[in-house]
Amino acid sequence: MPYTADKPVPPPTAEQLRARVPGWGADLDPADRPAWPKERFAPGVSGAHWEYPDEQQPREGREKSIEHLQLTPVFGTAQPLHGLSGAIRRYAYDRFSEGRAAHWLLLVAGDRVESTGAHLRSLVTLRPDNPVTETGLLSELHRHPIASRRGRVDVRHQVLDPVIVAGPWLVAGGVAWMLARRLLRR
Amino acid sequence: MRAMTYRGPYKVRVEEKDKPRIEHPNDAIVRVTLAAICGSDLHLYHGMMPDTRIGHTFGHEFIGVVDEVGSSVEGLKVGDRVMVPFNIYCGSCWFCARGLYSNCHNVNPNATAIGGIYGYSHSTGGYDGGQAEYVRVPFADVGPMVIPDWLADEDALLLTDAFSTGYFGAQLGDIVEGDTVVVLGAGPVGLAAARSAWLMGAGRVISIDQLDYRLEKAASFAFAETRNYTHYDDIVVEMKKTTGGLGADVVIDAVGAEADGNLVQHVTSAKLKLQGGSPVALNWAIDGVRKGGTISVMGAYGPLFSAVKFGDAMNKGLTLRMNQAPVKRQWPRLLEHIQAGYLKPSEMITHRIPLEHIAEGYHMFSSKLDGCIKTVVVPGS
Repeated sequence: MPYTADKPVPPPTAEQLRARVPGWGADLDPADRPAWPKERFAPGVSGAHWEYPDEQQPREGREKSIEHLQLTPVFGTAQPLHGLSGAIRRYAYDRFSEGRAAHWLLLVAGDRVESTGAHLRSLVTLRPDNPVTETGLLSELHRHPIASRRGRVDVRHQVLDPVIVAGPWLVAGGVAWMLARRLLRR
Repeated sequence: MRAMTYRGPYKVRVEEKDKPRIEHPNDAIVRVTLAAICGSDLHLYHGMMPDTRIGHTFGHEFIGVVDEVGSSVEGLKVGDRVMVPFNIYCGSCWFCARGLYSNCHNVNPNATAIGGIYGYSHSTGGYDGGQAEYVRVPFADVGPMVIPDWLADEDALLLTDAFSTGYFGAQLGDIVEGDTVVVLGAGPVGLAAARSAWLMGAGRVISIDQLDYRLEKAASFAFAETRNYTHYDDIVVEMKKTTGGLGADVVIDAVGAEADGNLVQHVTSAKLKLQGGSPVALNWAIDGVRKGGTISVMGAYGPLFSAVKFGDAMNKGLTLRMNQAPVKRQWPRLLEHIQAGYLKPSEMITHRIPLEHIAEGYHMFSSKLDGCIKTVVVPGS
């Protein structure tokens, strides 16, 4: 096929498309598309009846990015910083901007420290982490696990998932078994 | 109240949490009637989104009934049936004043690159989400909208993120009449983008995915041509062949960071969390679009780095447009389209589960079992 100025594969006509697709061309005019123009200065259309919002209280101790000039007037209070993971995260926020890989990698490290600690703590509670119910493995029983995976390219990666999920449990179990055996031999 | 909580990568459970309370005069507390699991929740579930804390409740797609309002709330009252955009935003900062609601500067102290999102880690502000019986909704006069009587709950739910984001993705493609539009990914956002491309005058819409059941949906729901990339040695060559050698006018990336990359990418990103995922979809977009074409990115990418073929994008003179969707800007037009009968977003829902079964819902969605495209979560059932 030679490369000419014309479109090599002409599209169907508007009439053909209207007959096939409900609403075809309803937003042909870019002015009918709500994201156009991209930015339009229109204060007051959002429903905000303040120039600057009231500041949520209390504000002490809430971590923030060093790229922010101030703590934002409103913020989430879902899971405050605590413990070792909290110290790692606070250091990431206080020391590194969002442009630094160290910022994000420290936050990821904080996540791993917290999830490991939470898991260990759960073992001494009335509701320890349950690797069967919490990973949703029971859905395999009635969600066509074999037929759903037939012919998929991501299956070769999914074989790693049980290793990642069950591996730490098996290692911890092995260590516990060895320790118990050593204690019993004494 | 009962709420889904995160216990670490691949682990979630439902437990008792304190009911959220008014923390700011413009807050509302909403009793959730329907929530959904979004593909980007999987980034949290897989432990890839930095600063996802134990005990966090996910869920940025939800509708509900107003249960309580703060002292400065003027536009909502207890008992109103509301849909809530996934963005949290103040409505008055530099960005909100220009309609960039997803880029609000006044709600997320943890980062400046992104605004606030319900249930999406402390990287987006540290707000608990809606996969629970109740949720705190900041700036109740700005975000939520009373659901019109004629609009069904499940259609409203899909407007809180998935369908609105797909529609926004098609807009960012700057589609003109007759354009060939390729949509990478046939999940809910990809399906919505493909369907929306027609509204804007596309001449051809081609959906690309690896799962046949999703491509079947792309054909029936979005009237798209379909390509299963696993059937081709090189999908970029197929994209060129099917467009007369030039490439598509517009490519919409509705995949994001968790594209199925090679083994090294998979291990370093999905498993070791050392990079922000695989850039496969974005690189296919850069390769598969024609020179001078436009790429629209709706797929969610995390803040960590991943190797993107930016040199090709420069050499080809591409326009790359991307953002989190400012959902509420899309609603008036989308409501017109639904009322006119052009769209019915809830047609993409495949599963409905009680909140108590949400761990199984996450596993099913993450492992793509049982033909799962969109799962609705029903608290209190």
